[in-house]
This record gives sequence, C-alpha cells and structure tokens, in this order.
Amino acid sequence: MAEQETPTPQAPAVALPPWEANPVTPAPQDARQHGQVAELAAALPDAVLDAVDMAGQVTVAIPVERALEVFRVCAERLGYEFLVDCTAVDWKDRPEGRFDVIWWIHRHRDERRLRLKVRVADGVEVASATPVWKTANWMEREVWDMFGIRFAGHPNLERILTWEGFGGHPLRKDFPVEGIDTGAAVYPETYPPGGGPSAKPGGAQ
Amino acid sequence: MSTDLHLIQSMPDSEEMEVSFGPQHPATHGVLRVMVRLDGERILDARPIIGYLHRGTEKLFETMYYNGCVPHTDRLDYTTAAANNQAFVGAVEKLMGVTIPPRAAWIRMMLAEMQRLASHIIWLATHALDIGAMSPFFYTFQERETILDLFEEYCGARLTLNAMRVGGQPLDLPEGWTDRLRVFVDQLPDRIAEWERLLTDNRIWKGRTVGVGVISAADAVNWGLTGPPLRGSGVRWDVRKALPYEGYDQVEFDVPIGQNGDTYDRYLVRMEEMRQSLRILRQCLDRQPDGPVMAKVPKVIKPPKGEVYHSVEGPKGELGFYVVSDGSTQPYRLHVRPSSFINLQVLPELVRGHLVADLIAVIGTLDIVLGEIDR
Amino acid sequence: MTNPWVVYLLVPMVKIVVILGAITLAAAYLSYFERRLVGFLQIRLGPNRVGWQGVLQPIADALKLFSKEDIIPTRAEKLVYLSGPVLIIVPALVVFSVIPFGPPTNLFGLLPQAIPPYLTDINVSVLFVLGVSSFGIYGIILGGWASNNKFSLMGGLRSAAQLISYEVPMGFAIVAVLLMAGSLSLVSIVEAQRQAHVWYVFPGFVAFFIYFICGVAETNRNPFDLPEAEAELVAGFHTEYSGMKFAFYFLAEYANMVVVSSMATVLFFGGWLRPFPSWGWLGFLDVVPPVVWFLAKVAAFLYCYIWFRGTFPRVRFDQLMALGWKVFLPVSLANLMVIGTLIVLFGGGR
Repeated sequence: MAEQETPTPQAPAVALPPWEANPVTPAPQDARQHGQVAELAAALPDAVLDAVDMAGQVTVAIPVERALEVFRVCAERLGYEFLVDCTAVDWKDRPEGRFDVIWWIHRHRDERRLRLKVRVADGVEVASATPVWKTANWMEREVWDMFGIRFAGHPNLERILTWEGFGGHPLRKDFPVEGIDTGAAVYPETYPPGGGPSAKPGGAQ
Repeated sequence: MSTDLHLIQSMPDSEEMEVSFGPQHPATHGVLRVMVRLDGERILDARPIIGYLHRGTEKLFETMYYNGCVPHTDRLDYTTAAANNQAFVGAVEKLMGVTIPPRAAWIRMMLAEMQRLASHIIWLATHALDIGAMSPFFYTFQERETILDLFEEYCGARLTLNAMRVGGQPLDLPEGWTDRLRVFVDQLPDRIAEWERLLTDNRIWKGRTVGVGVISAADAVNWGLTGPPLRGSGVRWDVRKALPYEGYDQVEFDVPIGQNGDTYDRYLVRMEEMRQSLRILRQCLDRQPDGPVMAKVPKVIKPPKGEVYHSVEGPKGELGFYVVSDGSTQPYRLHVRPSSFINLQVLPELVRGHLVADLIAVIGTLDIVLGEIDR
Repeated sequence: MTNPWVVYLLVPMVKIVVILGAITLAAAYLSYFERRLVGFLQIRLGPNRVGWQGVLQPIADALKLFSKEDIIPTRAEKLVYLSGPVLIIVPALVVFSVIPFGPPTNLFGLLPQAIPPYLTDINVSVLFVLGVSSFGIYGIILGGWASNNKFSLMGGLRSAAQLISYEVPMGFAIVAVLLMAGSLSLVSIVEAQRQAHVWYVFPGFVAFFIYFICGVAETNRNPFDLPEAEAELVAGFHTEYSGMKFAFYFLAEYANMVVVSSMATVLFFGGWLRPFPSWGWLGFLDVVPPVVWFLAKVAAFLYCYIWFRGTFPRVRFDQLMALGWKVFLPVSLANLMVIGTLIVLFGGGR
C-alpha cells in the first residue's frame, strides 16, 4: 500500500533516516559516573565493583557477599521498590566464576531501572532477595531449578518447573538440548526403562 | 450481598482436607495444579504447582537464529502472540541499535492493541464462565473472531502470529485492512457496553467479586505484580507510559486504576483498558504514517556482544525479554520475564481465608496462561 | 364402568404408564429445549443435526448413554454408589402421582365417563410433594459420598445444606397459599382459586416469589447450581457417574424442574384454569383444553429456568446460605403473618 504512493518527505534527502542507514550498534561504556550508580556508591561505598552502560541500560556489578545489603539499601533508601526480574547466565568456562546472577530493579519515582549483577562460581550460595522483595520467591526457585544456584535464606527453595528429583539443571550450558534420561518410567511397556523418550528417536511405535 | 464468611465458621472438631485442584480441572485454565488445604469450604492454604507444560523454551532459544526465535515466542503465552513478538524483536533491535521505520512501529502498535483486546476478551469470557455466567463467553468470542480474522488477513495466522521480524514488519498492511479494522473499532464499544450490562451492576457478579482477593498497593508492588492486577490496586503504572516504546509516547490514552485491589476493580480496570486500546487503535488508524515497513538490517541477524533487556506492556503485565549475545548468530541466553508467572505467585496470599469458589474467581482475575508460566 | 378391575387396576395402570412415559420424555425433551434455547440466547445453534432441527437429539443421547461403559470407581462404596441414582430418580417421578394436570375429562367423548387426568388426589398432597421431593437429597448426598471423590463429597454436602436451607422458606411460602385455600389437596387448591375468582399469585405475590426462587435453589439450577458448579467442583456429586447412572441424575434434575414448575402453577397460577377465571368475556379462551393451559404455564416457568441459566453468574456458598436464612426466612414469615391477619380480618380463606 505504502509503496505505491509517493513517499512522504521524511527528511530532506541530506541525511538518511535511521532505518535506512546501517544500524548504530551500541557499545558498552563505563558508567561509574552515572547518576544511579553514583547514588548507590554514595550509599554503600565499596559495593560497586564495576558499572557498564549499554544501550542506555546500566549494569552494576556487586560483590556476592554483600548482595543482601545492596538489596536493602536499594529498596529502602534508594526507592527501588519493584524487583522486575531475576535470572542467571551460565558462562561455562569463565575462570572467575561460572554464573552471573542478575536482578533488575525499578523505581517508580523517576521510572529508572538498574541491573545488579553478581558473579559466582558453581556451588556458591547467593543471598536471597525474598526478605526485601517477596516477588523474588519464584524467580529464585526458577534459577535454582534451571541453574542449580542456591539462595541462602530462601523460605522454600524447591524446584519449580521440573519436578523434585529431576537430575540436572537444564539451562546450564553442559545440559544437552536433547534432554536427559530422567528414569521416569511412566509407561514401561512403551518406553522401556533406561530408554527415555529422548534416547529413542521416534518414541513409541 | 455482603461477604458472609462468618456464617461458615470452622467447627471445633473439624478435620482439614487437602484437595488437588488440577492439573486437569475445568477452571484452572490449563494445567495449573493448586493444592488446597480446606477446612470445610474455607481455604487455609493454597499451593500452586506448576511446570506441567514446561517445554524448555529458553533452552531452545539458545539453539536458534534470532528470527527463528520469533515463532517460539508466539507459543509462550499463546493468547498474546503479538505482544510476545513485539517484546522479543524489540529487545534484539535494541541490542543491534536498529531504528525501525515509523510505519512498522505503528503497525506493531496496532497489532499489539488488537492482541490486548483479544486477550482481555478471552479473560472476560473465561472469568465470567468460572463465576458461572455462561453467556458472555459466546458474546465475547464472537468479537474476538473478528480480531482473529484481521490477524489472519495480515499475516496468515490467527493465534500464533509470527508477525514481526527484527528490523520491522515483514509485510505491509493488505488493501482495505484498515477499513475493516475501523469498522470493528467503531462497533466494539457497543459490544463492550453490552457485556458490561450483563455483569457490571449485576448483584451476583458484584457479590462474587467485590472484596475477593484483595491486595494493597504496597503489597502489589512488593509481590512484583504488573499489568491489571497492579493497576487494580491503585498503582498507576504502565510500561507504555513509564518506558515508552515504539509510538506510545505519541498517542493519547489513559491508564485506568482501581481503588480497592479486589477482583471487581481488576475487572473494571480491564474493561476500561479495552476502551483505551480502542482509543489507541483509532489514533493509529488516523495518524498512521506512510513509508517502508522494514529497516535496513542484514539478512543474518548478528547482534554485537552484550546484553539488553526490553519490556513491553503485554495484556497480562510487563513482558520482558533479556537477550545476552556473544556476538554469534544465536542468542547466548534468552530469558523471558513472564508476567503470568510472576502474577501467579501471589495466589496463596489472595485466597487464604476465602472460600473454594473464590479460588476460582481469583485464578480468573489473575489472568494467567500456563504456556507462559511453564515456558 | 363400575367393574372394580377396570376402576382400580386398569385405569390407574394406564395412567401410570402414560404419566411416567410423558414425564420421562418431557424431562428428556426439556434438555433439548434447554440446549436450543440457551443456544439461541448465546447466538449459537445448539443441537440441530439429529432429525428435523435436532428433535431426535434426546433419543440419540439416551442411546449413547445406554451404550456407555458403566464405570464404578474401585474405591467406591459399591452398594451405596449404585443406589444413588435410584434414590434420586424414584422420588422425582413419584411426585407426579399427585400433580393435577387438569380437571376430569372424557377426552372429547372418547370415554364413557369423565375421569381425572391425574393419578390420584390425596388430601395431603402438598405435604406429599414436599416430603417425597426432599427425599431425593439422599440420592445426591449418598452418591456424592459413595463416589469416594472429594469434589463429589463437597458437592453432596453443599446440596444437602442448600436443600435444607431452602426447604424452610419454601414451606412457609406454601403455607400462605394453604391459608388462603384452606386445603392441602392440590385439586382443592385449584378449585379454591376458581371459587375465589383470582389466582393466588395476586394476593400471594411475595409467597410466589419466594417459592419460585427457593424452587430454583432446590433443583440446583443456575444461579444456585453450586452442588454441580463445574468451575469449582468439576461436576459436583455426579462427577464419578457415567452412562445411565449419570442419565438418572440428569433426568431427575429435569423432572424436579418440572415438579417445581407444576407446583408453582397449581399453587399460584390456578393450575388448569384459564387466565382470569372470573371474567366472563374471556370465555372464548375456554376452547383451549384445561390441560393445555396447565402445560403452557409449566412451560413458561421452565423457560424462566433456562433463561436464568443464560443470564446469571453463580452465587457463592455463603451468599446462598445468607440469602436463604437471613432474607427469605424472615420475609416468608412476615408474609405469612400479613396474609394470616388479612384473612382473619376480611375472611378471605375458608
């Protein structure tokens, strides 16, 4: 429809409109001087390990042992009353710690967001954010289920999407995409023990 | 009809009963299972058990090309496919620094608002059905059909749209589509008024929803509620206003809020949201710019190394996608902020002390879709 | 026609067969009309495939239910489980033995003498109807308990509570009619309305209102269909029943609807009498046989039932109880006192 009509003069032919030019890829920039980071650094001087601004989103790396303290300060003193989400990323072979655990926090006062990040090795416990934001409950259960990161002080850290007794943490990079044999013998005649739906391509005949 | 909970007192020697609502139950909207401890008809505790529909979508995303992920986002919350597409492509575009052409943005807004209408219509239909009003189900689905027909005409699919690509829209609007949409937009307000006549002032409806599942504004924020459940508690917060994307800062609309944070207020909020969506659609139809619908993006999407989070106001709340790229053609990690999942976890708080019938009303009012919860 | 074999055996037997057949068929077709009507209210078609406009649908359903596998849950209390459907269908049908469908008739001259088109008229038929129809609750509560299913049990308990709560105001509403008519016989009540030149719905409007709402509640119909609220309790007390056992529950529910409608017709709407029996200029209406008047009134009530189903949401359990005990009971008592006082003052009754 639009192609047949004469294009409306969007910008007078000098500069290309941004959608016809090559995309300007955002690059990470140091954000230690960013207002929100400075605020946090002022409240908790040694809590900010690093701060990166990418595409307008600020990520603050915090030490894992001080996580709960940072949460409390953010929620109570800096006004970040809304925990948007919490998840993790598995960097399998990274020497300085395998997982990133990430929280997004939001404050309604000026509609700003901050991303907190800790770097942990496999088996290290992270403080649970549930005392500060109740909504962290299921998010942390999901992270435990999917990545096997334990949260200290969580009221009920059980698996949530897989079942209790599932052997593995699916979103780890060393978990096969095809799935694993869980040993669940639902229909032993159709799926003989040890076979597993994934081990037998084609499944039941 | 006020709440007469005191009429059903617990007996001195009564025993507790544990009932498993679901995973196969007519009113749990899919495969939700709620273990309910009951004292007679009163709920002592409710424990949602989820995961029956877990498909490992986030794991699958890691094996796919970026544009190949789009159809899989459709299947997260299958009633809000356009919003899922919008959030995902928005995240990747932000990571790549792509600006989409204005016409594409406005088409996306139209699709998203139509999807919001369709989703709210399903919510109204099932919520009313759960509370026992059967007829609204059919009245509402008739209108939803028109929306799905328009979707079909635009992209060939009715439910799982796969209608957006990184960099814009794959297709321009077909001939006459906007006229048909305008007809629909003009007739829907009458229909909404009709549905409201059946329910809004109905004493039984009010008896079933007023004062049921109350959550205060502070609690709602602390529990991370977004979307209508948050606004029903009186927090005027909407991603479209707070962190505008696409053309939402150029259209006029109001964010309706409730006062008491009960099921009835959430009902009113959603009904008003439908009208506001129509208002946005009308502006989109009037002010839709011309021009291309696809930005200049490479054939193979290869975002730079980095991470980005982008969220939209989905029909059920804030729907976000977190993309971590290692500079390859596949996402290193793709995480969804599922609004239904986070809204559902407040269920035990809302139903404790209420009756069994209220559990069903509260599940309905949270407007969950298990496809998104379990992913 | 004085042969006792004919009078005491043949005629009643024929009547029993006709009434049973008619009621069973009526209940089955009520389900058909409900589906068509609700379909109409909900802008859809409803069953329209089996036979002309789907009129054979109830027969097809019956055949299907007959041929269904008969499932008895392993853990069910077998004897009680099996007796549930019997306990509910028998009272629902027995009640029809005293419902007066019309005045004695000779079927347009086919019979040598006029015989009443109802099975019997006993002098306590109101109590009989109330007593026997309440007996059906055993089928619900025992069936719900014996299924060994928590949803069934809750449905059965809800139903018991509901029936007991609504029996009381319903009884008081009926007493108002009894005061006016001065008789417990349903036939006499109709005759009394003829003599009073007025349907009892006009003086007893409040009583009628309470009676009909309680009737809807007692038959577990929307908006009071809590015992089988599919959104909460799956199918309530008959969740575990299949095949013909389910059909019995189903049939009994519809038969009970017909009972409540018939009683409303007899008690408040003059039974088989034409509208405004005292107005002579409406005499041309008498060409319509009385039975047709009766059936038309019953059909109107049944239509209301279905209409409710298409319109209302479901009330909650506590609201249902509150409505019964805190609204209807006092109102029906007050109504009784008002009517009683008026009768004493103006001598309306007998």
